[in-house]
Amino acid sequence: MTISEIADLRAPSAVSGQDAPAAGPSREALDVLENEAIHIIREVVAEFDRPVMLFSGGKDSVVMLHLAAKAFWPARIPFPVLHVDTGHNFPEVLEFRDETVARLGLALEVASVQDYIDDGRLAERSDGTRNPLQTVPLLDAIQGGKHDAVFGGGRRDEDKARAKERIISLRDEFGQWDPRNQRPELWNLYNGRHTPGQHVRAFPISNWTELDVWRYIERENIALPPLYYAHEREVYRRDGMWRAVGPVSEPRADEVVEKRLVRYRTVGDMSCTGAVESDAVDVASVVREVAASTLTERGATRADDRISEAGMEDRKKDGYF
Amino acid sequence: MTDTTLETRTHGLFRFATAGSVDDGKSTLVGRLLHDSKAILADQLDAITRASEARGFGGGGQIDFALLTDGLRAEREQGITIDVAYRYFSTDRRNFVLADCPGHVQYTRNMVTGSTTADAVVVLVDVRNGVLEQTRRHLAVVQLLRVPHVIVAVNKVDLTGYDEAAFRAVEADAIALAGELGLPEVTVIPVSALAGDNVVEPSANTPWYDGPALLELLETLAVVDEAEDALAPFRFPVQTVIRPQGALAPGLDPEDFRDYRALAGQVSSGSVRVGDAVTVLPGGAVTTVVGIDTANGPLEQAFAPQSVALRLADEIDATRGTVIAAAADAPASAQDLTASLFWLDPRPLTPGQRVLVKYGTATVQAIVTELQGRRDLDTLALEPADSLAINDIGQARLRLASPLALVPYAEHRRNGAFVVIHPQDGATLAAGTVL
Repeated sequence: MTISEIADLRAPSAVSGQDAPAAGPSREALDVLENEAIHIIREVVAEFDRPVMLFSGGKDSVVMLHLAAKAFWPARIPFPVLHVDTGHNFPEVLEFRDETVARLGLALEVASVQDYIDDGRLAERSDGTRNPLQTVPLLDAIQGGKHDAVFGGGRRDEDKARAKERIISLRDEFGQWDPRNQRPELWNLYNGRHTPGQHVRAFPISNWTELDVWRYIERENIALPPLYYAHEREVYRRDGMWRAVGPVSEPRADEVVEKRLVRYRTVGDMSCTGAVESDAVDVASVVREVAASTLTERGATRADDRISEAGMEDRKKDGYF
Repeated sequence: MTDTTLETRTHGLFRFATAGSVDDGKSTLVGRLLHDSKAILADQLDAITRASEARGFGGGGQIDFALLTDGLRAEREQGITIDVAYRYFSTDRRNFVLADCPGHVQYTRNMVTGSTTADAVVVLVDVRNGVLEQTRRHLAVVQLLRVPHVIVAVNKVDLTGYDEAAFRAVEADAIALAGELGLPEVTVIPVSALAGDNVVEPSANTPWYDGPALLELLETLAVVDEAEDALAPFRFPVQTVIRPQGALAPGLDPEDFRDYRALAGQVSSGSVRVGDAVTVLPGGAVTTVVGIDTANGPLEQAFAPQSVALRLADEIDATRGTVIAAAADAPASAQDLTASLFWLDPRPLTPGQRVLVKYGTATVQAIVTELQGRRDLDTLALEPADSLAINDIGQARLRLASPLALVPYAEHRRNGAFVVIHPQDGATLAAGTVL
């Protein structure tokens, strides 16, 4: 059969939507994405000396770590994980992080924003958000650990600057991303060559959407921090989102605190992450909710991404995740 | 929360690229596709509606869809698209990955980046301008990279009053050009990205067109790489060796994995069964597959594009860079390589140059021994040349420092592809296809 003959075929799987040929491979999007992510993770481990994986306990990094465990089974994941702790993380998420790291037998490196503020290397911002402050501790931890590759759970569907990001993305000795001068990415041949001082960021789940992540969590039965599911919490309304009452997110005098059934779509810094009203108490109902959502996860729950049209681009250029 | 019962099962993935010349309305088409397939969510729509108004676009709630795809500050400021952007949307039938390739700056570089993994390319043409120089070049790149499906979207048909004759003239030119370039198939669709005609739904404004709307076509085209994967013989580039001794995943019994050694990789074509005879290349040692492992349990058979770990009967020197191939149909290893090169670096290629070639999981040193010519992108003919400049496509011979199991690109896209890398600074110099 020639290629033009093949090209003329209308794939039966495409027409009916899903039936893969009985004896053939699965062409379900989740399987294709999983196989691609495992390939990327193995490429990076094979080609770099000291990779590290960013792990916050957030759903994307949990999925990425799950894929890493699959990539090297029956061996242990052959690299440490790194968390940039803003000092404002949800306690449930930190507990989940520690349990997961212990369960998988991994070494955890923590870069603490609080330490930098305590000794004066960083100053607290007037708006109280610490997300932009993560960049310096992150770059110091990469340099201190002599890491030449850093896995991140970034997805291209999250943000329009991220939509331009490569799967393997070069950073200069200042950790900077130069979006106007990226290497072309060809086939599945990733070029991770770099000179001393440079490192790469590797994004194995670049091609996943929020819904893909949730469907995969459901399919693989992956545990997440409890605040991803609907629970009762004391919240108040600010900037169009529900903020939890906590030590770094005190309501102002004019903000009314009430008890609501909420869940988190992203779990970042408590000072800038909001909850959404939801009755999705389990993964199946979250999948339905995300499929029906009319807001993006960052638009719905991240105050820091509303700073400007180019909020993410500016942070990424400086070396952010 | 809504109580709608939504379809939440997953289905296949289809990758396509969009390309066009300046002002063909490509960003508008991409925006329209995302908007009408409901992939743009309310907060994104709010943001671009506000930005559109701030920039004095249209008015009356009209949206500048380009703001949606031009993600970088410099792009929005200059009103141009700098780099390939990836977009994601899904319909009831498929999940789509869209590589949006800018047309004017470094168009070959962008086209190549967007097209190497694409199942289809949508090339935009303005019905008023017809097939241009750049259309020809876009289609030439698509042909050389063997993108399986080509769709020419003839845009702005609203501006010619939905005139059939105007469309038919462009359609005839596009089909003739595809024939000249040797493209296997081309579908030509009359669209108006701005008005939405034939983008997601068939349009009542073009009663003389009875073909599918663009999205419908994208939903039903075959994924040709799948068919090619299934027809091609088994190939498995080894990524790394898994030997867990001393570093076993927690919870596993060390007794079960005492001498465990497996080759980790992704099946790049064909399939393999436990018990199959395989050849390890280069070298040519023959052995048998005794196990196919995944974290979810062992498999009897693995297919492209599965990521698995293979166990072999014999202790053979198989490490990263070697290829496990079907013993009955193993490619020959060679140290001389003739290839098409898509030159992507500002520094030109000159004969005698030392480079690195990354092919599958192998990276070897190489010398460009002979530049056989540069393609005239109007005729695709090879013409004599002393060097290749950025955006040139040429043909060259390379001498490899060690043999590789070479597969022609014409047989299989992924198996026949390589990249050329600068040995000092690591820059990606060229995309290469084995002839």
